[in-house]
Amino acid sequence: MSSISVTQFHQVFFEESLEGLDAMEAALLALDEGGDAELVHSIFRAAHSIKGGSATFGFPDMAALTHEAESLLDQVRDGRRAIDKSIVELMLRTVDCLRGMFDRAQSGQPLADADSENLKRQLATAVGHETPVAATRLAAKPAAGRGWIIQFRPHAGMLAGGNDPLRLLRELAALGQLVVEAQLDRVPTLDALDPCECHLAWRIELTGAAGQDAIKTVFEWVEDECDLSIEPLVAAVPPPAPAVAAVAAAPAAGAGGAAGTARGPAASSNDAGSVRVAIDKIDGLIDLVGELVITQAMLDQFREDFDPSQLAMLQHGLAQLARHTRALQESVMGVRMLPIGSVFNRFPRLVRDLSQKLGKQVKLDLVGEHTELDKTVLEKIGDPLVHLVRNAIDHGLETPEKRRAAGKQEMGTLRLEAFHRGGSIVVEISDDGAGLNREAIIAKAVQKGLIKSGEGLSDEAVGELIFQPGFSTAAVTTDLSGRGVGMDVVRRNVVDLGGNVAIKSRAGQGTSFTITLPLTLAIIDGLRAAVGGECYIVPLVSIVESVQLRADAIRSVTGGGELFRFRGEYLPIVRLHQQFGCADARQQIDQGLVIVAEADGTQIGLFVDELVGQQQAVVKSLEANYRRVDGISGATILADGSVALIVDVAGLIRLQSRRKAA
Amino acid sequence: MRRNMSDQAQYLTVNLAHEEYGVDILAVREIRGWTPVTRIPQSPHYVLGVLNLRGAIVPVIDLRLRFGLSREEYNATTVTVIITVAGRQFGVVVDAVSDVLDVASDAIRPVPDMGTTVDTEYLKGLTSVGDRMVLLLDADKLLQPQDAQMLEAALDAAGQVKAVA
Repeated sequence: MSSISVTQFHQVFFEESLEGLDAMEAALLALDEGGDAELVHSIFRAAHSIKGGSATFGFPDMAALTHEAESLLDQVRDGRRAIDKSIVELMLRTVDCLRGMFDRAQSGQPLADADSENLKRQLATAVGHETPVAATRLAAKPAAGRGWIIQFRPHAGMLAGGNDPLRLLRELAALGQLVVEAQLDRVPTLDALDPCECHLAWRIELTGAAGQDAIKTVFEWVEDECDLSIEPLVAAVPPPAPAVAAVAAAPAAGAGGAAGTARGPAASSNDAGSVRVAIDKIDGLIDLVGELVITQAMLDQFREDFDPSQLAMLQHGLAQLARHTRALQESVMGVRMLPIGSVFNRFPRLVRDLSQKLGKQVKLDLVGEHTELDKTVLEKIGDPLVHLVRNAIDHGLETPEKRRAAGKQEMGTLRLEAFHRGGSIVVEISDDGAGLNREAIIAKAVQKGLIKSGEGLSDEAVGELIFQPGFSTAAVTTDLSGRGVGMDVVRRNVVDLGGNVAIKSRAGQGTSFTITLPLTLAIIDGLRAAVGGECYIVPLVSIVESVQLRADAIRSVTGGGELFRFRGEYLPIVRLHQQFGCADARQQIDQGLVIVAEADGTQIGLFVDELVGQQQAVVKSLEANYRRVDGISGATILADGSVALIVDVAGLIRLQSRRKAA
Repeated sequence: MRRNMSDQAQYLTVNLAHEEYGVDILAVREIRGWTPVTRIPQSPHYVLGVLNLRGAIVPVIDLRLRFGLSREEYNATTVTVIITVAGRQFGVVVDAVSDVLDVASDAIRPVPDMGTTVDTEYLKGLTSVGDRMVLLLDADKLLQPQDAQMLEAALDAAGQVKAVA
């Protein structure tokens, strides 16, 4: 009875293996630029643990593929093979293919597909064709490059004849270097197992100068009791001629494409996954909790018998409690924080592939990979960054010829930098390419009717234009292949995270995008607004300003709507006390305040009694125990322990426009 | 005890307008004194608001209002019983808590159709203890009919829209 299911470990295995693949990819890319033996070792280790894990957890296809990759890496590691572009390429494709397999494994689909089979054959072929490194290195292993593959499959009754396979293997070992792989496919289940029979088979790679006759002599006594095949190592895995042709042509596009498309959905399905926390962060938490307990114990003593003379001590204790609590809160938030390096890591590969495809030379500078971001923000910032990096290589950087003509270095530079500024994280993507094509953008904007003419427009204003919906980059830079990813989508994604994107461009010198992100989504800065004795939090990011209006500044519209003039535009007023049904609120517009708030590019005036103060709010979900409420995005807890609701400005604007339509 | 444990359950009894109601004690998370709550817009009239239960935002309903009874002034014995159903927590305001009862499953009688005052939908049975009658609440259904609530809220909202338009 086997009651322990290994499926419970699958998730951990997937996570670890995907990390392993990331490490492999990073090392391969480093190797591509000329690396050392340690890199090969780290690639080998990663491949090896994936192979071991996949075999253990019942993914034989994955194990088979990694096995071939591992064999190839083993040759590289032993110096039997020089590392070159083609091997790196092959290994990178293996990484892609394995990622695809992991995606399929997570969704329970069969792992192997045409690509993986192709790749496996290619790897096997490559393993067969050793290309020795250099003659000098070979001196240490004189026998390398020649050898035999022996397939040794004893009949079940061989042991009864007194023949010990181990002895045979020892004899073979005397002839040269051995790589032995046991084949377990014939091993029966435990109840059917006869211990007197031989269930194992071996695939033996013998490298050395020994001739076929010498090997035959070893097996002389068991010839009739086993299936034996001895083939020269070079032709070990006979490549069927037509297959090779197909393999060479198809896989480059096939494997890359399939893996690329398959990776998307898995990334989102991982959303509910776990966070790995550095041990020192946890140690820090434990220390803090320890401190907190000590403080609590100290305060507890006062409860026993409090003497007014101890007041100073009590105050001291309370101050300490406050300090520790704050520190604890910060540390706990830190648990959700991960270095942005995990997002940056995908770019070396992307830049390499893309620049090769476009025939451009690009140097990628990554700065500030250790900058930490909230996990949720981190997961959602990846795609916008990929778009920006793609655009930079595709549209921003020029071809080597153009760069030479412009008097620049042929190698373009793309720089990704992350750093803290104030309470935000800033990510900058800058290139030293041609900069925005001002004329083309203005022409397009005029054609779209966004502006009348480009005269007097600052570079910033021109840059802003490309963020307009429907302003596809493809149409702007007509001479380049447009991917058609609208910059408005990038901006919307970033704004959804509570951040913003700005662009700076100088003709001939390059473009830089600056993404500003909040440190975390779990805490927002807000203003406390009082409405009829109740307290609502308005997020600071959506507040433009607050104004006190005179009663005659309000224009009533037929149907009960109210408008007021703000910087030349008429904005609708939402009276929060009406919206939320608060009693005893101020009714006269000149007795309260109007908060001008903005979301999704629309402005609105929120009428409240008064502003009480600013505060950081830890966002709590209303839906966890209750349900969604229109116009409310969540709740938070005030200093006195009571609950305050957080106003959903975007939701109110939607409600307002729906009401208008009704 | 002759009975075996499986067909016996414990109920927390609460007082409400001179009636006694029983709540499955396994669903009761805690009992706390009445504290003011924060009102939520667009909620049914019996949802008083939300309170902060050690960092979780928990809605609180008034059982009197839920059952269509008149609202009483809250006093020193008024308590909020925090109930957990299907991973969701909510508070129920009752006049007082009184007792914990062992009730055998075969001592639970079906609720006769009482017609008007109390909606029998929220009761899973009644039992008697001595000469007292205890109505057993079906905790799942108190805040559960989310759909019904949504509908109510939607109707309210529709009413508002009409008022504005």
